[in-house]
Amino acid sequence: MAGFLLKRVAQAVFVVIVVTLIVSVAVRMTGDPALMIAQGATDITEADLERIREGLGLNEPFLTQYLATLSGLFTWDFGRSFLGGTEVSTLIAGALPATLLLAFSSLIVSIVISIPLGIRAAIRRGKWEDQLIRIVSLVGLSFPNFWLATMLVLLFSITLQLLPPSGMTGWATLVMPAMTMGVILTATNVRLVRTSMLEVMQSQYIMVARAKGLSERSVLYKHALRNSAIPLITFLGLQFGGLLGGIVVVEKVFNWPGMGSLAFDAVSARDYPVLQSVIMILSTLIVLVNLIVDIAYGLIDPRIRTE
Amino acid sequence: MTAFFQSRYWSLEFVLGAGLTGLIVIGVLLSRWLFPDVGAIDLGARLVPPFERADYLLGTDPLGRDVLARIFVGGWISLQVGFLSVLGSVLIGVLMGLIAGYYRGFWDVLVMRFADVQLALPFILLAITIIAIVGGSLTNTIILLIVSQWVQYARLVRAQVLALRDREFVLAARAIGVKNHNIIRSHLLPNLMGPVVVLMTLNVANNILLESSLTFLGLGVDPTIPSWGGMLADGRTYLQTAWWVSVFPGVAILLTVLGLNLLGDWLRDTLDPTGRTEK
Repeated sequence: MAGFLLKRVAQAVFVVIVVTLIVSVAVRMTGDPALMIAQGATDITEADLERIREGLGLNEPFLTQYLATLSGLFTWDFGRSFLGGTEVSTLIAGALPATLLLAFSSLIVSIVISIPLGIRAAIRRGKWEDQLIRIVSLVGLSFPNFWLATMLVLLFSITLQLLPPSGMTGWATLVMPAMTMGVILTATNVRLVRTSMLEVMQSQYIMVARAKGLSERSVLYKHALRNSAIPLITFLGLQFGGLLGGIVVVEKVFNWPGMGSLAFDAVSARDYPVLQSVIMILSTLIVLVNLIVDIAYGLIDPRIRTE
Repeated sequence: MTAFFQSRYWSLEFVLGAGLTGLIVIGVLLSRWLFPDVGAIDLGARLVPPFERADYLLGTDPLGRDVLARIFVGGWISLQVGFLSVLGSVLIGVLMGLIAGYYRGFWDVLVMRFADVQLALPFILLAITIIAIVGGSLTNTIILLIVSQWVQYARLVRAQVLALRDREFVLAARAIGVKNHNIIRSHLLPNLMGPVVVLMTLNVANNILLESSLTFLGLGVDPTIPSWGGMLADGRTYLQTAWWVSVFPGVAILLTVLGLNLLGDWLRDTLDPTGRTEK
């Protein structure tokens, strides 16, 4: 077990180092931030530009800068934004909870829809209900997330005037963003619930539970669902990366003040520290979630450890 | 094969999928000929609602351009990105997967660690950064998709090669002195293409979605070229007054991606019954 843990942790650390390296190199190639900052000013000289670069720490060797950013992940110190000089950690402290709130709300929406539908499809396997659910989930999978978001705005904000179209000002503004990502996640989750339920339903303890005369409801929800939860949770962990990628786009449509919006603003302003921190934090988060799921799975199911 | 045509449900999925995909591909290929004057600006007919004028069946955009014509021509971008990006990823990915699985060692470690990295770096985030450096264009979008996706094929192929390389028919071939590259070409490759074809179909669909997101965000294809994502980006400003500009290009994406997904799903049941490509 110790060997398994060590191996997984080492892999995770390696991934974080490579990802942060890619991001730092890429971000530095986007252009000279000194020029961006000086853009508005007239009669700027090369000496002024040099002073700006010096002040931003851009003249340090790349390795020094990289190690500073990497250690920032542990000390939660990401330097200052090039624009206005706000601490990047302050910006992140505002944006990360907004993104996580959206991620968890989407997950909850998707779980609430996909569990009953998936169970329904599994017990009606091959019947028209199963096929209908399958086709509908394929349709859900085919929606571009930003367009689904636009259509929700068209329906709920413009036509029915029920919900505010954008921003984060209260629970009402959370409804449409969470629905968008929730529906798209549901499309894959329904099929997953169905597959894992079908597998569990064939096992002997389900036969025993039935033979004991338990109600079908209790067999399904107490015995079958609980046992199919492990593959479900693993898959949710793997989905986390895709979920964050989708949220970044949806945030932009709804003007949701999360990590995605922060990243987009940072790109157009060549604001390295912000952009690279956003991408590093999100990637590290994805690695961590996968690591936790992996380890948890290894604890529950010893066969995984020897893989 | 016949079993699939006997089962009523699967053939429905196939007919819908192949029908939708086929119609859209044919329509897009004929678009230049159907709508030769696609870019024509008719300032006298700005924001004409749909189904009102026969010459502008789906209405016009804020510059008086025909929405229907632009959808047909815009599909060209989506299809190009979808097919070329998948073609590129498959060529690289399958080759790397074969090498990694058959020869193991250094290449194997390289592919697997690449796969870990790819899993941790969502495409859109990577795209935001890279596009900021190199600028958005059709070619860059395709290259970016290839760079971030070839690993999926490599991983899939590697796993299958590992399962196949110690099977009797491969051992027999090796025993009688067949060269490694011949074993790979004539014994391994034909046996592992099924799941690869499934993944390709689903990824064409997925990449059409990703390209439209990028273009919608202003990071993809040149906004002056008609494309579905670009049309949707333009339409957002007029959402209050002209819903059709934002609705119809989205329907086009939805139908194209749905057709491909139906086809991919059907292919999965046909070519990959054990679900190796199950997401």
